[in-house]
Amino acid sequence: MIVVKRLVNAILTMLAVSFLVFLLLELNIGEVAVKVLGQFSTPDQRHAWLQQNGYFDPFLLRYLRWLGGFVTGHWGVSTYYREDILVLLIPRLAASGILATATLAVMIPIALFSGILAGIREGSVLDRGLSVAAVVTTSIPEFASAVFFTAVFVFWLGWLPGVSTMAGGLDLKEYLMPVAVLVMASCGYVARMTRASMVEVMASPYIRTARLKGVPLRRIILRHALRNALLAPVTVIMLQIPWLLSGVVVVEVFFAYQGFGTLLYQAALNSDIYLIEACAMMSVMTVVGSQIVADIITLRLNPRLAAPARAAS
Amino acid sequence: MRTGARLLRMLLRPTALIGLILVGGWLLVALFAPLLAPYDPLRSLVPLAAPGDHGPDGGMFLLGTDFIGRDILSRLIYGARTVITLATAATATAYMVGICGGLVAGFFRGRIDIALSFLANVILSFPLLILYIVIIVAMGASAANVILAVTFGSAPAIFRIVRTLTRDIAGRDFILAAITLGESTPRILFGEILPNVTGPLVVDFCLRLGYTAITIGALGFLGLGLPPPTPDWGSMVNEGRTLAFAYPHLVIFPCLAISSLVLGLSLLADGLRGREAQR
Repeated sequence: MIVVKRLVNAILTMLAVSFLVFLLLELNIGEVAVKVLGQFSTPDQRHAWLQQNGYFDPFLLRYLRWLGGFVTGHWGVSTYYREDILVLLIPRLAASGILATATLAVMIPIALFSGILAGIREGSVLDRGLSVAAVVTTSIPEFASAVFFTAVFVFWLGWLPGVSTMAGGLDLKEYLMPVAVLVMASCGYVARMTRASMVEVMASPYIRTARLKGVPLRRIILRHALRNALLAPVTVIMLQIPWLLSGVVVVEVFFAYQGFGTLLYQAALNSDIYLIEACAMMSVMTVVGSQIVADIITLRLNPRLAAPARAAS
Repeated sequence: MRTGARLLRMLLRPTALIGLILVGGWLLVALFAPLLAPYDPLRSLVPLAAPGDHGPDGGMFLLGTDFIGRDILSRLIYGARTVITLATAATATAYMVGICGGLVAGFFRGRIDIALSFLANVILSFPLLILYIVIIVAMGASAANVILAVTFGSAPAIFRIVRTLTRDIAGRDFILAAITLGESTPRILFGEILPNVTGPLVVDFCLRLGYTAITIGALGFLGLGLPPPTPDWGSMVNEGRTLAFAYPHLVIFPCLAISSLVLGLSLLADGLRGREAQR
């Protein structure tokens, strides 16, 4: 039931976002013509082009037509790349998918492990140390840590390549720095949330009971605390995905990685509005999709939530 | 008195103190930029001088010069002005919008709450940087549009915090009393409820100021921030990026500047949050 409700909500959200994006980018048709035809087109050319493509129709009609095209996979042609957007976008999305998956695969274990370690004993030296480390890493912008890593590993030590164009096929070495930058930026927040959740669980009565019964600490943590303590981080990790996507744009541009982010960047620099619309919709779909996945995982871990709400809360 | 003493003790914790020093330092730098900067940040002197090189007038370029010969230290100092004013202005407007919306939605509930909450959810499901890119492409890159974009992007999160707090407070006795006494609605919202929600907002303001600075930096880095030649840290990294292999000083110093400012704000927020709220 909850999942169905969430799905309806997700569809409504995407409709609203699509309307917002369309409103922002295509309300002013004069500007659309300039962006598509270029600065040096004549007013006559623009007028003819607008007429030909039905831009003088009412705004709502244009929106519905655009939406219909989007749903049926007609995403238009990029004005900069002169290529069908769907064809252009798919390999780029796959490339970014690899980058994001690698980041999550490294980030999640580090964040959960350090968060749990810090949360076992609140206020310990380890706890304080890890908390400060989390604050420091989240405070450094992605482009700055990219510069610092490059300075050390490329300029100074000369161990790693400075760009990740993947010109010679997928290369693990070229993935190290982009992934490290993204892990650093996203790890701290998840670790802090895990810590908070662990602290709360460790203070709960059932853990105290286990302690008083003389259950060894290791067993308490592994058998009793972890399952409940990991509920919150699952949601947090999924909510981290929008942040990760923002970071992906910066990191891809910095390392010249040919993914979704560089595509959006090129589109933005060249006012390629149809491509921007498609990229924006893809990123929102990713975010909304990850929220649904988060809900499903949470329900799996905590079946109580699936039961109809008996106690009104 | 007691809150003053408590605040003082919090600020004396080492991490909070470091935060205070970093933020205070940058504020002073921004304030006294004309006195501190050795050169005009826009004047072209010697291109690509290394840190420590001497200029034609015998003065030293402490941090070197950029590709068209502008002194990097001076640009960093004036850049502090740009970043701090822009981030503060943007965050403040986001707060105004978020607080007003949150108070109204939390107090009146019903349809207006559903509508505003839905709108907030819609905006929050957008990766921030991508939302900013869409807005900047649609409206052009300028200081006003950066502020507008940040307001648009950050207000929903503030709205959510204020809305939740307001819902809680609106049912308390003193608010019911105020309603019974016939106080006007704006007075109840801003005079009675608002003072009671500001506590958690102060911490959030510090953090959000830092994130806004990061975002403005990232926009500058992508070449979508303020139009040149305004000295701006993110744009400095963008301009120096292609030459960074031979001249690392072009990009390292602006990155250190923005990292230290944001770190200061985060540490300060962490200190202000205090021990009781840390869990």
